[in-house]
Amino acid sequence: MSTRSPLRHAVRIGLLWGTGALFISLVGLIEALQQRQIVTGIVSGGHTILLVLILAAGLSLARPLTAVGAGVRLGAAALAGVIAALPVALWLLLSRVVNFRAMIVGATPELYTILSLGRGPAVLPWLLLGGALLAAVGMALTMLPREAQSLATTGLVTLLIIGLLQEQVQLILQAPWLTRIREALFTFDGLTPLGAVIVVALSAGVSSLWHRQRPRARARLAQWPPARRRWLQVGGFAAAVALILLLPLFVGPFFSQVLVLVGLYTLMGMGLNLEVGFAGLLDIGFVAFWAIGAYTVGLLTSSSPQAIAHLSWWTATLIAAVVSLISGFLFGLPILGIRGDYLAIATLGFGEIIRLLVLSDFLRPWLGGSQGVLGIPKPVLFGFEFRGPEQLFFITIGASAIVAFVAARLRDSRLGRAWMAMREDEDVAQAMGINTVNIKLLAYGIGAVFAGVSGAIFAVMVGSVFPHSFSVLVSINVLALIIVGGMGSLPGVVVGSLALVGLPELLREFSDYRFLVYGAVLMVMMILRPEGLWPAAAQRRELHEEVAAVPEREAVEMLPGSDG
Amino acid sequence: MGVNAMALPRSRWWRRLSVIELYLWAFRLAVVLVVVWGVVGTVRAARYSGEVWLDFVVFGFSQGAIYALIALGYTMVYGILRMINFAHGDIFMVGAYTAYYAARALDQRGIFNSRPLLSLALILVVAMVVSMVTALLVERVAYRPLRRAPRLVPLISAIGASFFLEYAVRGLYGSGFQAYPEFNVFKGEWVLFGVGILRTQAVVIVSALILMAALYLFVMRTKTGTAMRSVAEDMEVAALMGINVDRIIVITFAIGGAAAGAAGILYALVFKQVHFFMGFYPGIKAFTAAVLGGIGNIPGALLGGVALGLIESVAPILVLDGLGIVAPYQLKDVTAFIMLVMVLIFRPSGILGERLATKKA
Repeated sequence: MSTRSPLRHAVRIGLLWGTGALFISLVGLIEALQQRQIVTGIVSGGHTILLVLILAAGLSLARPLTAVGAGVRLGAAALAGVIAALPVALWLLLSRVVNFRAMIVGATPELYTILSLGRGPAVLPWLLLGGALLAAVGMALTMLPREAQSLATTGLVTLLIIGLLQEQVQLILQAPWLTRIREALFTFDGLTPLGAVIVVALSAGVSSLWHRQRPRARARLAQWPPARRRWLQVGGFAAAVALILLLPLFVGPFFSQVLVLVGLYTLMGMGLNLEVGFAGLLDIGFVAFWAIGAYTVGLLTSSSPQAIAHLSWWTATLIAAVVSLISGFLFGLPILGIRGDYLAIATLGFGEIIRLLVLSDFLRPWLGGSQGVLGIPKPVLFGFEFRGPEQLFFITIGASAIVAFVAARLRDSRLGRAWMAMREDEDVAQAMGINTVNIKLLAYGIGAVFAGVSGAIFAVMVGSVFPHSFSVLVSINVLALIIVGGMGSLPGVVVGSLALVGLPELLREFSDYRFLVYGAVLMVMMILRPEGLWPAAAQRRELHEEVAAVPEREAVEMLPGSDG
Repeated sequence: MGVNAMALPRSRWWRRLSVIELYLWAFRLAVVLVVVWGVVGTVRAARYSGEVWLDFVVFGFSQGAIYALIALGYTMVYGILRMINFAHGDIFMVGAYTAYYAARALDQRGIFNSRPLLSLALILVVAMVVSMVTALLVERVAYRPLRRAPRLVPLISAIGASFFLEYAVRGLYGSGFQAYPEFNVFKGEWVLFGVGILRTQAVVIVSALILMAALYLFVMRTKTGTAMRSVAEDMEVAALMGINVDRIIVITFAIGGAAAGAAGILYALVFKQVHFFMGFYPGIKAFTAAVLGGIGNIPGALLGGVALGLIESVAPILVLDGLGIVAPYQLKDVTAFIMLVMVLIFRPSGILGERLATKKA
């Protein structure tokens, strides 16, 4: 790596980010995000993404160039910035001669206006210059002292997030006594310049305070008597629970809806995590269990002609869980002997078989074909009707909590350890006396129950079930979120579903590009960070073996007989 | 040991049968029963004439030839890297979709029908080149950095590449169906030995066979082909013998991609439309074909492809219709996926046997 000259690094990285920038422009992402103002009248979403890309080119050049002097680094970064701006600039020039629109849908005049800042071809030299400057700024950021670096990043990232999500933030600030604050920070469609400054300053300040005070607070905490610390923990936990339970009151129906979806995907993620993360069985037909749960509830509760009973949702969900468990076993039995990548394809086949059967005219009299099962009543408990997302939120959160608890207990149980042994090496696990048949079936069965419960809630949330809701894309979605969070990691599932389900729901323009991003995320995660963003301890150790410096506390946990 | 097993008292034989084996046998028996039941039902009802059957068989052959061409890519990559190139179906799609623009341009200028063979060759070249480049990019970006990673890691990356390609094409070319222009020459039928065969299907079968024969000769007769086979046999020893393994892998992806691109054009000739998701099912089916024929085995890909094409086109009316299932042709894909699952369960080494059987983890 280090044999390359700074020049070659700059060209390479510039080209990489520049092609990336051109690609996301042509795919239509920039145009879609342009409608979002970050700072009203100054910077909008599409531009921001391009700015961030070029800035990132400068940032990513820092690592290969640690050995050379500051001047060379800045120069290389500026060069990389010019090269990164080049593809877009060249495309703009070419587009005056060639009509790309006949082939590429996204190559619209609007896109060209955005890219050339509405100023036609005269802007091209400025684009290159701007690229050079930005990338140099990116590089300069990495040369700042550590603390300043973290302040700048926190400030900018917070600005970006609040800017992109301003609609939702404004929704939260809807309360009358917050009106003054809201009006100071936001205009109708973005942050005010003053608001932007406040956001950056505030977030940087908070972050600096946090970084300064944390070690001191930690030290003081360590001196507290254990009993008092325990109380603090319990209190903190109770406060968190209370906060989560009161969330729908603050955030309104739209946010609650998003949170319910996040919860549903968390449930499914917990189930798939059991199969993929714990037991190492890659299952990309997982959505079938979701469908089974949803259809069971639909058929047992709805008012449509396909219904076979009119039970309450609670009973139906219990039955759905049992049905999912059994179908998990039945589905697992024939594929016990299949391993590794063949298993993934076989499960995909199963999932598609189920979807196509449900969709077919053949089973239409029983399952409703493509029209699905309609008219699923909302659950009622002691006269309280879980009418909308704000109420269903509680069911979802409750189910997620139970499932997370079960998954955590399973992970630390004998069964969990057997799964992980099997994940590492099936033959050795078997030789050690683990009954791989039983534990595989249990992985499929329990995973299926989690997905089935999720499906049951989904059915009642939508009020009907259609085969179109159960495409392979859902399985890919779940797979992507557990990989982003970290395979085998339970908090990772929540992090993953917040990032991959919650965010796209909030950024609606973005939802067309969801699977584009998921695909990229799967590749990038596998290449750069296969253990995920919030890795399980074991994976972290395993995939970074070269970093042998395991912290002492973890090292103790690794010793046999010290679990607890 | 065999003798001892034989010597056990007869009344105890069932004790050695595990529940799972019983379940699998029941599964097999059920499938056989359903198939026989359906066939008997269809034969007794005799609703279809001989000509209809022949049409289905020819359609199956042309379909199977396309699967076989795609399956080549799976088989060769699996033979060398032991990984499923999950994105291969989308590599097939990218070629066909991009060539659509070439075909449309030719059509608008009237060349498409005034010089059909030239046009066909041209769009074939476009599709093959685009698919080849895509395959090389995918290899470079998604697979090469992961060559030494645990098995599931490159597969997940491949799944990512697959969806990335699909949605990149959706973003670039749009999400609708695009109607491929038709060759006037290939409309209608040719009569061979007193049997009418749709012209497109004849063209598809013949071109696929020519391409596959060329590829087979390349792999068996040329020096590069020999190097490919030796890398498939043992990568490390091949490297020691002075073969540039990276180069061979690149060539493998290039050839597989080109074959997939050609298959994409043939597919477009038969189905006359392209769509960003069109590669997903053919991809899985071609993988089925590769496994059915014996993965890592080039003649196996042909055999598996044709077998799968035939099963898929004939089984719905031969079996499902006899069972009294309404609209059996809707379940065409289901029969293909059932084949997939059954092959993976009961005979993962395929019809011709897997050269790699012993080495597979």
